[in-house]
Amino acid sequence: MIPLSHTLIVAAILFSISLAGMFLNRKNVLILLMCIELMLLSVNLNFIAFSHYLNDLGGQLFVFFILTVAAAEAAIGLAILVTMFRNRRTINVQNLDSLKG
Amino acid sequence: MTFVQFLFNIYAGITIAAAIGVVTVRNSVYAALCLILTFFSSAAIWILLEAEFLGIVLVLVYVGAVMVLFLFVIMMLDINREQLVERFIKYLPAGIAVAVIIAIEMIVVIQRSAFDTSEQYKAVAQNAPDYNNTEALGELLYTQYLYPFEIAAVVLLVAIIAAIMLTLRKRAVNVRSQDIEKQLRVRPEDRVRLVKMKSGQ
Repeated sequence: MIPLSHTLIVAAILFSISLAGMFLNRKNVLILLMCIELMLLSVNLNFIAFSHYLNDLGGQLFVFFILTVAAAEAAIGLAILVTMFRNRRTINVQNLDSLKG
Repeated sequence: MTFVQFLFNIYAGITIAAAIGVVTVRNSVYAALCLILTFFSSAAIWILLEAEFLGIVLVLVYVGAVMVLFLFVIMMLDINREQLVERFIKYLPAGIAVAVIIAIEMIVVIQRSAFDTSEQYKAVAQNAPDYNNTEALGELLYTQYLYPFEIAAVVLLVAIIAAIMLTLRKRAVNVRSQDIEKQLRVRPEDRVRLVKMKSGQ
């Protein structure tokens, strides 16, 4: 039997790794998107753990909907990325400051 | 330590190692491959936690579709790698400090709370041998959660339309572009007009 706290700790570590990734890869939008996916994964892990230990299927349904929204977000994010690269020839976050006054 | 716990530890270790790989590897293709490994091993953890349907969905949808989309985009864009990693070191201390502090805070809170001692969380009912996770989820999804399910479908539709609209290359009406055929067909009379003027005065 896996203790509930172990699962929650794995999710917490995953979340903080992806947060560190946001700091480290501030130049590459692609890896920023991947870090967002990783964060959503850690949240999903929490939902599934609680769903298992409380014996309630509602948590798994929430994961289902989060997966839907995450897939939509990835598709739109990558489409924006492709358009941005086509116009600016770069995916460096620090060069994308055309809205700066 | 039971066998399930042993398996859980292995999968959790692989998940965390692959996640560290995602954020530290310099090549985006390797980062995407590490992310695939992360998804795969966390799907295994989900199956250990008896969420079989979602484990399979994670592999099919994420590894099969979303990550392939990521790899497509990475290989389609011609990214100058050296330019993207030059200031990697600059944010390293701040990033690691924030991550370690958050991880320690959350772990302390989780360890001190009653998750492992409370009776509420220990009461994991043993499911019947003919219990079907997919069937139970489907029953709930099409009765109690029918309305959110339809909204999720609409969200996906919006995502499809948005992605197509964003990447569609359409010719704008007012753009002044070169038309080579027209340029080649041009005759001198169209371009040069000879005007007779009185000279002198």
